[in-house]
Amino acid sequence: MTEYVILIYENEDAYVNASPEVWQTAMEAHNRFAGQVGERGGKLVGGNALQPTATATSIRDDVVTDGPFAETKEALGGFYLIEARDLDHALEIAKLCPAPYGGVEVRPVMDTSGG
Amino acid sequence: MLAATARVAGDIDVAEECVQDAYVAALDAWSRQGVPRNPGAWLTTTARRRALDALRRDRTLRAKLPLLIEPDPPQGGAGLPAAGGGSAAGGQAVDEVIPDDRLRLVFTCCHPALAREAQVALTLRLVCGLTTAEIAQAFLVSEPTMAARVTRAKKKISAARIAYRVPGAAELPDRLDAVLTVVHLLYTTGHTAPGGENLVRADLVDRAIALNRMIRSLMPDEREVRGLLALLLLTDARRATRADASGRLLLLEEQDRSRWDQDAISEGTALVAGALRGGRPGRFALQAAIAALHAEAPSYAQTDWPQLLQLYGALLRAWPSPVVALNRAVVRAMVDGPETALAEMAELEQDGRLAGYRYLPAAKADLLRRLGRTTAAAQAYQDALELTDNTAERDFLTRRIAEVTAPE
Repeated sequence: MTEYVILIYENEDAYVNASPEVWQTAMEAHNRFAGQVGERGGKLVGGNALQPTATATSIRDDVVTDGPFAETKEALGGFYLIEARDLDHALEIAKLCPAPYGGVEVRPVMDTSGG
Repeated sequence: MLAATARVAGDIDVAEECVQDAYVAALDAWSRQGVPRNPGAWLTTTARRRALDALRRDRTLRAKLPLLIEPDPPQGGAGLPAAGGGSAAGGQAVDEVIPDDRLRLVFTCCHPALAREAQVALTLRLVCGLTTAEIAQAFLVSEPTMAARVTRAKKKISAARIAYRVPGAAELPDRLDAVLTVVHLLYTTGHTAPGGENLVRADLVDRAIALNRMIRSLMPDEREVRGLLALLLLTDARRATRADASGRLLLLEEQDRSRWDQDAISEGTALVAGALRGGRPGRFALQAAIAALHAEAPSYAQTDWPQLLQLYGALLRAWPSPVVALNRAVVRAMVDGPETALAEMAELEQDGRLAGYRYLPAAKADLLRRLGRTTAAAQAYQDALELTDNTAERDFLTRRIAEVTAPE
């Protein structure tokens, strides 16, 4: 099995001043997803939701600036680290990952073991 | 000869192909150089040499696709329900029923994780065996550009671990649609070249059809594969009449229908019937049905335009593309008159998705011309002219501009 990261990109406006119901729905969806990963034969290694880009600080060439590295319409909001057999398997799992206000990117983790 | 070749190739199908290739090569070589002293030996040597090449290609293929992952069969927990409409018996994974390497290769080359141009390049390179130079020429890019495109695609396959497999029943419809789209794109790339001059382009058309036939032999029950083959044959049946002797583009209404390839039309129409039966027709089957209607009409004027309009409606539902909407508008003009169609085209212009698409201003120009609105027509033809590099198309548009601006 290979490690892949699922990066979640969503329009943050949807979560600004969101009602408790919105958060509740999101929580339940992500909990459900966590269970589905194993059901589909994958392994959930880790993951986290990130605080919004307003809390981000970027560093480039030792210069510290306020905000995310790149201003994009959909911002990076969270990630999952999973194990899957191959890309199709990773995609099958990633399609289940909740991202109602945007989408996800799937990227293989670099294999830095020798050989 | 077949057995000798099979011994080298280790595979009967490959051996058969090599033998056929040897005969074709003989026809070519012997007509130029004369019949050799020992024709049997010439043929056998040629066939065996091709079999060796095929083996070598296969070995280098596995070396060049560094991670040709043989997928593990999914563990019990994968639990994908078998979707209806697939060709697999009793819901088994398709690759257990048809473990043909060529099919696995085609699906791998056309994986959605690869960009469309990468899918096309890889398919031509690995499935059709074209050289990078030939592919570059076909798509009018430099050889290093094409080589880089192929290399990037292979690296993506390896790094992201795209498995070497025929997709399971659940994913098959979408994945097959991607494969057929690549084959169709190959065909249309060859088809829009001016007839006769550029051999590589005509070769693309033939390869697209051959590829389609190969896929059909491996997936005989798939209706959309049949549908695409029908579409290619019915469209290609008009090949001889698309341009006149001087290379001037001929419209459908100007083409000499007696010179359409009737064998291709018969085969195409027979395939269409099969593709439309047995459930909701897919977009290739519907496009083929449209092509069949044109092919069967004795003349442009006698085309069953109302039936065509219905088919385009069905096609638009199966494939909500603005290009389809444009084509339907053209048919609408034949049924309900140019003004109605112009209104539809105005909506498409608003929509914006057809911004660089030359056939929108060209179609609009034609309707304006038929309505006698010559100034507007000239402007629209000019807009179309700015969007195409194809010589035959440019000549056609330039002539139209001259026609509508000629003083009475």
